[in-house]
Amino acid sequence: MLKQTEGSHAVAEAVALCRPEVICAYPISPQTHIVEGLGELVKSGQLQNCEFINVESEFAAMSVAIGASAGGARAYTSTASQGLLFMAEAVYNASGLGLPIVMTLANRAIGAPINIWNDHTDAMSVRDSGWIQLFAETNQEAADLHIQAFRLAEELSIPVMVCMDGFILTHAYERLDIPTQEQVDAYLPPYEPRQVLDPREPVSIGAMVGPEAFMEVRYLAHAKQLQALERIPQLAAEFRTIFGRDSGGLLHTYRCEDAETIVVALGSVLGTVKDTVDEMRDQGVKIGVLGLTSFRPFPLAGVREALQNAQRVVVLEKALAVGIGGIVSTNVRMALSGIHLHGYTVVGGLGGRAITRKALHHHLGLAIEDKLEPVSFLDLNHEVVERELAREREKRRSGPMAENILRDIGVVAAKIS
Amino acid sequence: MFQVRIHGRGGQGVVTGAEMLSIAAFLQGRHAQAFPSFGSERTGAPVVAFCRIADREIRLREPVLEPDALIIQDPTLLHQVDVFGGLVKEGYILINTAGSFADLGLGDFAKGFRHERLCTVPATELALKHVGRPVPNAALLGGFAALSGIISLDSVAHAIRDKFSGKIADGNIGAASEAYDYVQKEMEELSHA
Repeated sequence: MLKQTEGSHAVAEAVALCRPEVICAYPISPQTHIVEGLGELVKSGQLQNCEFINVESEFAAMSVAIGASAGGARAYTSTASQGLLFMAEAVYNASGLGLPIVMTLANRAIGAPINIWNDHTDAMSVRDSGWIQLFAETNQEAADLHIQAFRLAEELSIPVMVCMDGFILTHAYERLDIPTQEQVDAYLPPYEPRQVLDPREPVSIGAMVGPEAFMEVRYLAHAKQLQALERIPQLAAEFRTIFGRDSGGLLHTYRCEDAETIVVALGSVLGTVKDTVDEMRDQGVKIGVLGLTSFRPFPLAGVREALQNAQRVVVLEKALAVGIGGIVSTNVRMALSGIHLHGYTVVGGLGGRAITRKALHHHLGLAIEDKLEPVSFLDLNHEVVERELAREREKRRSGPMAENILRDIGVVAAKIS
Repeated sequence: MFQVRIHGRGGQGVVTGAEMLSIAAFLQGRHAQAFPSFGSERTGAPVVAFCRIADREIRLREPVLEPDALIIQDPTLLHQVDVFGGLVKEGYILINTAGSFADLGLGDFAKGFRHERLCTVPATELALKHVGRPVPNAALLGGFAALSGIISLDSVAHAIRDKFSGKIADGNIGAASEAYDYVQKEMEELSHA
């Protein structure tokens, strides 16, 4: 049914339609509304045959999800930022054990300095944990990806993380279509576990594995991600036949035919990038967009095919690999082995800094003239940075950086963006 | 695309106001996007929320930097926040006050805009009267329906019912309706002025 609703609430409804049997989560902004919504659906009886378990921490949330999944239940949790770091050990365990848990990550920055707003640092910190990572561009896609995520996770017996931008999507009201229970049931069969802790047929899960077999078990995780590369587009196509719309898939190109410059990005910023690209196309600039829905597995072949005829690639990323620059761009570079083109990394939107068309026009304009630095920062106030560096040169006890910079820039609440 | 920016303080229902505006527009078959500012959300601290309304899918996710309309829920913000920043020349302004633009010291400022698009409404008083709490957001939406014509009072009432129920919904609809009449009368007077 078409309705105007909050992204978090839409995700809660979509997850509930997937008939989860155990939901456990610890509240953390900006994920809170999702699990609150699910809690209400369980309590009101709208979501039946589901146990909502209050846990004392994120580490417990993932541990309970692991136990529930190993017990044969369809398990779901959600977190963000520091919460993901706190459960990190269990995140690796979930994938290492091959348990098909679905988790929403309401993308948020990681402190210090503490910051509740959006960027992709949290997702990127566990990119190599063995979880599949899908990034939603809109709230419709966020809702739809959860339905696909359960199907994919359970088919391959690996966990899937659906990443949606905190606040920008989780707290945005927009029009979307909530599917019917019949549609979801037609798409997502009941969970048939590959392994289950069942007293009637006892097994142990979680063996100690030494050098004699560890490589093989780890390689299997990789092999499953390679299988996912094939299944993700198929599942998106099947989704289209039942639900009547395009959602998911590995990647999507926008106005890339004849494009000399292609911008690569993930998540909700793609909308602003597309609007910017439309404006540049109107001015005759041959520019397009490559949006990555699947970051793990990383679609090397698809990225290569999409970018190989361009002259330059600008990777816009909401995470900073401190000490080198880009994370997504490093992956994109791997896809382009042997292909010569100009590559630029633009880091933007850290800690919720707005990514505006104006800033994109400026940076993309420089890129097109090949005057952009290899790694640049969108709307970074270099003067503020220089003043702090000067303070540090001036005296040994210059004090805490964050406090100094806040004092320097003055009243934040007076600003619109 | 029509872009609205709502300024207020934490606890005044700024974000809910933007959400209800988006629901009202959706009910009229439009595409709409509402989202909060990504600033402080403490009670009493300045809060901003945004709403975009269009006839096609809205992809843009940047804050509303050049609003077509401003709803100012708390006039004490005028001296603290650059509330008018980026307002387009033909823009609408609705301020929650029992006074006038001149009373707020905005007489000269108002000359730069179309005077019939600048209105005030005592939304807090109307909320106290109808709801019993100083939450002016619904009343302001009623006033905004009259001022801008971009949403109907009927859609505002439905949007209020989407977010609230029972007496609170009734009270807010009462406040919105009275604010609608108030602003409509004010506009008639302004058009003769």
